[in-house]
Amino acid sequence: MIPALHMRPRLAPGCRLNEKSQAPRVLLMPERVLRLNGPSLEIVERCDGERTIQQIISELQLLYSKAVPEKVQQDILEYLKLLHDKRAINFE
Amino acid sequence: MTSALQPPLTLIAELTHRCPLHCVYCSNPLEMVQKNKELPKEIWARTLKEAAELGVLQVDFTGGEPAARPDLAELVRAAREAGLYVNLITSGLSLDERRLEELVRAGTDHLQLSFQGAREESPIEFAGVPAQAQKLRVARWARQRAIGLTLNFVVHRQNLDQLEEMISLTEEIGPERVEFANVQYYGWAFANRDLLLPTRTQLDHSLEIIKSAEERLRGKTRVEYVVPDYYARYPKACMGGWGQKAILITPAGDALPCHAAQLIPGMTFENLRKRPLRDIWENSEAFRRFRGEGWMPEPCKSCDRRGLDFGGCRCQAWLVAGNAEQTDPVCSKSPRRLIVDSILARINRNGQSAAPAHSDWTYRVNPG
Ligand code: SF4
Ligand code: SF4
Repeated sequence: MIPALHMRPRLAPGCRLNEKSQAPRVLLMPERVLRLNGPSLEIVERCDGERTIQQIISELQLLYSKAVPEKVQQDILEYLKLLHDKRAINFE
Repeated sequence: MTSALQPPLTLIAELTHRCPLHCVYCSNPLEMVQKNKELPKEIWARTLKEAAELGVLQVDFTGGEPAARPDLAELVRAAREAGLYVNLITSGLSLDERRLEELVRAGTDHLQLSFQGAREESPIEFAGVPAQAQKLRVARWARQRAIGLTLNFVVHRQNLDQLEEMISLTEEIGPERVEFANVQYYGWAFANRDLLLPTRTQLDHSLEIIKSAEERLRGKTRVEYVVPDYYARYPKACMGGWGQKAILITPAGDALPCHAAQLIPGMTFENLRKRPLRDIWENSEAFRRFRGEGWMPEPCKSCDRRGLDFGGCRCQAWLVAGNAEQTDPVCSKSPRRLIVDSILARINRNGQSAAPAHSDWTYRVNPG
């Protein structure tokens, strides 16, 4: 499924980030652990069911203002699709 | 090796061997731990803390049936307080809605619910008791709560032809994840192996069904399929490598590198009543015995795949070929692969015969 910009991604039941105090930060899922680097952590932290994909993109474009904005958007959409296929997030 | 040693990711906590079912493929050992030998909750709570400090991220509460322990919710709470992700592996039989609610509130992240098949009679045939209606109730209660759900269907020669029905049932329930796991031949499953190993035709057909289910369910339910390694060309990376990814604790508190490790003769295992978890992981004889590559004989020693499958499963090498220190006999490079091939030849020559009678099975007993 291709995510649309108005959708609100939220972590699926059974998926959560470990605590801020725990390093390295990871996404905990059934039978697996996804290690998160800088940008992927920024994205996953924003999958709160409140922000739309458009908002997430805008926030990361600000955060990574040196990167090409279209590239940031493209990367986020691909990453969200991957997380969705892994059943780590739902789109609301 | 020791300097590069990583902590385990998963603690597999077998809380009890007690279970209301009698699965013919249960992975528990034939000699089970009695109730009065089970670790008390204080030692479990301490162990969960030690595990988190060591670097463990997830705990699997399993058994037997973990819900057979009345203090399960307290253990879930202790695991969450330690910072662990809590996975509960259950048959669903000892749960009612109130108990499930209590476990969710205590912080269970994810429920893995096991099924013997899609039919009313499946648990009767393969676990000796009627259980399907109860399992379906538990699945429904779980879907009404904020908890992840995996359905785990154990498949084998006697139910693999019902795979489509299991997939339909999965679609009705709508979990995040489903596993169709062929039996692994240890414990009770080894005793029943000749009735459980699927035929080549069944296996090929099942692969096609799984492939189309994966496509149909993409974005809804993640589908995972475990094939019987007897049919594979290379062995599985058992436990992600001996003493590398996981540590299993028996109900009595023995720490094992693998479910079936107690079968291997001449091994001694340390007990959590006597030694801290970190020390066991890092220094105990049992965990060091097959860790890394030092123990490997040829053909593993000079094989490109040794970092991928770690020479396969030690317990299988012992069970099938009578020597735990050799290459896993399912490997096509193993000189002992002939043993596995002759088992497969026998199964495939006989083909799919009539369903076995109750008296043909060795049902798992209860430790009491
Ligand atoms: S008898 Fe069945 S349900 Fe009980 S522990 Fe064994 S496999 Fe699990
Ligand atoms: S020879 Fe050993 S390392 Fe190579 S594939 Fe076989 S089991 Fe794995």
